[in-house]
Amino acid sequence: MEHFFVLDGEKIPFTPGQTIMDAATTAGKYIPHLCYKKGLSAHGSCRMCVVKINNRHFASCTTKAADGLIVRNRTHEMTEGRRTSLQLLFVEGNHFCPSCERSGDCTLQATAYEMGMLTPHYDHFFPDRRVDASHPDIVLELNRCIQCELCVRASREIDGKNVFALAGRGMASRLIVNSESGLLGDSDFEATDYAARVCPVGVFLKRTGNYGAPIGDRTFDERPISSQAATASGADHASDVAEDERRALGEVATELEAAR
Amino acid sequence: MYPVVEDILTRNGHDPTRLMMILREVQAVFGWVSPDTITQIAAAVNRPRAAVQSTVEFYTFFNAEPVGHYRVLFSDNITDRMLGSLALRDRLCAAFAVRPGEVSADGLVSVDRTSCTGLCDQGPAALVNTRAMPNLSPERIDAMAALIRDRRPVAEWPADWFDVHENIRRRDKLLGHGLTPGAPIKAALDRGPEGVLAELSRAALRGRGGAGFGTETKWRICRDAPGYAHYVVANADEGEPGTFKDRVLLASCPDLVFDGLVIAGLVTGARKGMVYLRGEYAFLYPRLTELLAQRRRAGLLGNNIMGVGFTFDIEVHLGAGAYICGEESALIESLEGKPGKPRIRPPYPVTQGFLGQPTAVNNVETLALAALITTHGGDWLKDRGTPTSVGTTMLSVSGDVERPGIYEYPYGVRIHEVLDAAGATDTQAVQIAVGAGKCLVDTEFERRIAMEDASTTGSFMVFDRTRDLFEVAANFVEFFAHESCGFCTACRVGTTVNKRLMDKIAAGQGSPQDIEEMQRMHRHMQGASHCGLGSTATMALRDILNKFRPAFERRLLSTDFEPAFDLDAELSEARDLTGRDDALAHLAPAHARR
Repeated sequence: MEHFFVLDGEKIPFTPGQTIMDAATTAGKYIPHLCYKKGLSAHGSCRMCVVKINNRHFASCTTKAADGLIVRNRTHEMTEGRRTSLQLLFVEGNHFCPSCERSGDCTLQATAYEMGMLTPHYDHFFPDRRVDASHPDIVLELNRCIQCELCVRASREIDGKNVFALAGRGMASRLIVNSESGLLGDSDFEATDYAARVCPVGVFLKRTGNYGAPIGDRTFDERPISSQAATASGADHASDVAEDERRALGEVATELEAAR
Repeated sequence: MYPVVEDILTRNGHDPTRLMMILREVQAVFGWVSPDTITQIAAAVNRPRAAVQSTVEFYTFFNAEPVGHYRVLFSDNITDRMLGSLALRDRLCAAFAVRPGEVSADGLVSVDRTSCTGLCDQGPAALVNTRAMPNLSPERIDAMAALIRDRRPVAEWPADWFDVHENIRRRDKLLGHGLTPGAPIKAALDRGPEGVLAELSRAALRGRGGAGFGTETKWRICRDAPGYAHYVVANADEGEPGTFKDRVLLASCPDLVFDGLVIAGLVTGARKGMVYLRGEYAFLYPRLTELLAQRRRAGLLGNNIMGVGFTFDIEVHLGAGAYICGEESALIESLEGKPGKPRIRPPYPVTQGFLGQPTAVNNVETLALAALITTHGGDWLKDRGTPTSVGTTMLSVSGDVERPGIYEYPYGVRIHEVLDAAGATDTQAVQIAVGAGKCLVDTEFERRIAMEDASTTGSFMVFDRTRDLFEVAANFVEFFAHESCGFCTACRVGTTVNKRLMDKIAAGQGSPQDIEEMQRMHRHMQGASHCGLGSTATMALRDILNKFRPAFERRLLSTDFEPAFDLDAELSEARDLTGRDDALAHLAPAHARR
């Protein structure tokens, strides 16, 4: 028997045990999300993927699909809620999209475009967060951190390392590194770790090979995030490959530059 | 390596699930949990260092930074504030020329606030190096300052300063139970697990923690859930501002609670029970553990209880200052030594709880009632209460009343009956729940305390007509911003946005838009939060806002939109350049030559 639920009026097939998010993503449907990544355990903290089922709210990344569910996702009400959540994330941290190296490759930024967020709406908190430049390959730009824990889970579940954790409570909550000094350079983190690639914002900045693809030609500059449902979250390797290719190209360009 | 830390770790069996207790002991020795002790502990309990640091930084009573040798935390509940707690705090700060939240230059003292300490009936209260101290006064603050200056250990301070009273004002069937320790266990053994469940079902006992889930159903699901071990937990983490019934129950009838826990173990097949005691109630810890030892000697705990081959034991775990740990899955995370963040549900703790095993978490009052029902049968409570809320309930009454304390009433009691009994006069409002938000005004004092009318988890804070309900709302907003665990976006940031809006209004900079923003945030957090804390964090604010809007409006800078800059003043340069200053050179006649 085929199982399916209804997402914004469309039948979405699923296999028992799949979450609404998994099934929707497999079917190429876009449910906005930041803390979800296929292949990592679900977290349900960003609340971007909250949908409405029978007048109640559920995070689609943690809710199991069930036969006959009527799921409301891209409605005016849901979009408005997501816009508010995005605005909260923007004012909580320090996000400088125009000058950020990740501009165009940033899921937070792309989701904000998708949800029609035009202003931060709330007063900025302007938190005082340090930048960790202790590692030879990666700079941790903690001003961008949205506490989605993707790096925490990637390090634990894929890299087998436990390099990251969240510490503190409420507004004092922050990303920490598993080393006595608290610095990335003193941990066993490596630039080749999966944790370095899953960040949906711009916390993990590479020291070299940046701007291989100029802003304007990047992942979400070309097509909106909703049209990349499969690549943005599902087959993340596709975007990783694209990014690696770009980096390689950037390195080639740098070498050519040096040769001249 | 600190040998003293090694001792603590050894005594706790290097057990990561005892991390909270380990950290508590380490802090008692050093005053804080330093980076090198975190490294040592992490290695010993075989957890990543960052995981231990996460736990340290999550809880209010653990310090990842050095604090004063004497750390005084003033209870910041609204009832403590009404009794002058902030002035007392400032008095102590002045005595040491230290600012709130900072450590004095000589490292001697630090003074700060903490969330409600559960001593609202005998405030203003404070915790001094985690010891609860009620009934503070300016004289006592001065005497305390002198003792601190003399560096006298807190253990040598006058013992009566630490006396916590029970203040039981009205007893009904629960508080007047008169059972001997172990009698309920005997009854349970006679009835057998199915017999106990049948009586709980007949009594229609619902959990007294707030959710009102059927106790019989919970125990049955737990018992039937597969697992290599089952656990039962007494949730004594009442952090709801204005409640202190668990404190009084554990002080006045701890045996009844322990009996209830043993019965829960018998019914669910658990061999281990845990009492999760909030850190604010650490003063009850020695007595409770001593009582457990006595019960082991008396054959009421341990191997072969009452000679029938039933094995069950109880441990008391202390929390460390986090309201969210009253949520059962957060409580279990804390029992496992982790930050208290609510888990994804399902699975529910009753099937996958402590260490992934079936775990029944029950409120302290629920366990006491279960013990009584087991003893007297399911019909015993039927002569009290309403059709849907059977039995009695314990109300923690504080605020503007002559006789604050615990009142046990049958469900269905009217608000004004409680007010009259407690000696409340000229009452403006009663807050009967902060988490669920209910603020009742005088036209509602005929309403009844019951699931089907005015439901409460026991908090009953009374405000007379001299009180400003804006201050009350501001206190609640601050509470939730402080106690949000930070896991989800909506609650972590939303509670802080609300706090900033309240601060703005309090500073006289508010406009009606700010009120509208808080209403919007209420709607947003209802749907977008991960757990009950977030979805109820704005309920009290919303309720007070709806019923006491003038208290907010009279603080607003304008009842219309107010721009941040003066439009007419912006034209002054143009006026200078043109040499004009007549009425028409101004933006509006009202602005002319102001």
